[in-house]
Amino acid sequence: MERGVHDRGGLPTHESIDRSEHTLEDWEVLTDALAGALGRRGLINVDELRRGIESMPRDDYERASYYERWLFSIETILTEKGVLAAGELDGRVAG
Amino acid sequence: MTYRVGEPVTIATRAHSGHHRTPAYIKGKTGRIERLHAAFRNPETRAYGDDGLPEMPLYLVSFERSDLWPDTPAGGSHRIYVDVFEHWLEEPK
Repeated sequence: MERGVHDRGGLPTHESIDRSEHTLEDWEVLTDALAGALGRRGLINVDELRRGIESMPRDDYERASYYERWLFSIETILTEKGVLAAGELDGRVAG
Repeated sequence: MTYRVGEPVTIATRAHSGHHRTPAYIKGKTGRIERLHAAFRNPETRAYGDDGLPEMPLYLVSFERSDLWPDTPAGGSHRIYVDVFEHWLEEPK
């Protein structure tokens, strides 16, 4: 059965589960706030956020941290909706 | 089709590449209706910008651990509880 990259419940592994916590960095708190603000504006809902995460290429998904996945999804969904132009964020970061 | 508490149900195995909240490890497995939570907007359409209507009934379904993972060592009876939308439920064959 084909599974999405996120659909890993019950997959066998011999690795122990990393349950360590870390203090949230500013960008992580901001990402959470951004998703909340976009939701309240009706620009992105939780199901779209999840779908965007699930659409990540497998290697990117495996490498990314929790809020990095949120950022990927927010950019994906906002680009789909034309709120962001393709490559707009990369351009601003580089500029 | 409305399911009653205690009724056995099998989770559909149909291919579904888009967003859905039915995990692979229960597909094709038979469990038991524990509760009807309520009806909610459908995440499978809402994930693509739709309003998710009509609302779909969401059930709490329980499974016996050995039915989900028969190859794991026996360790007594443990039940696993998963929320499943009605359109993923079928009558057991």
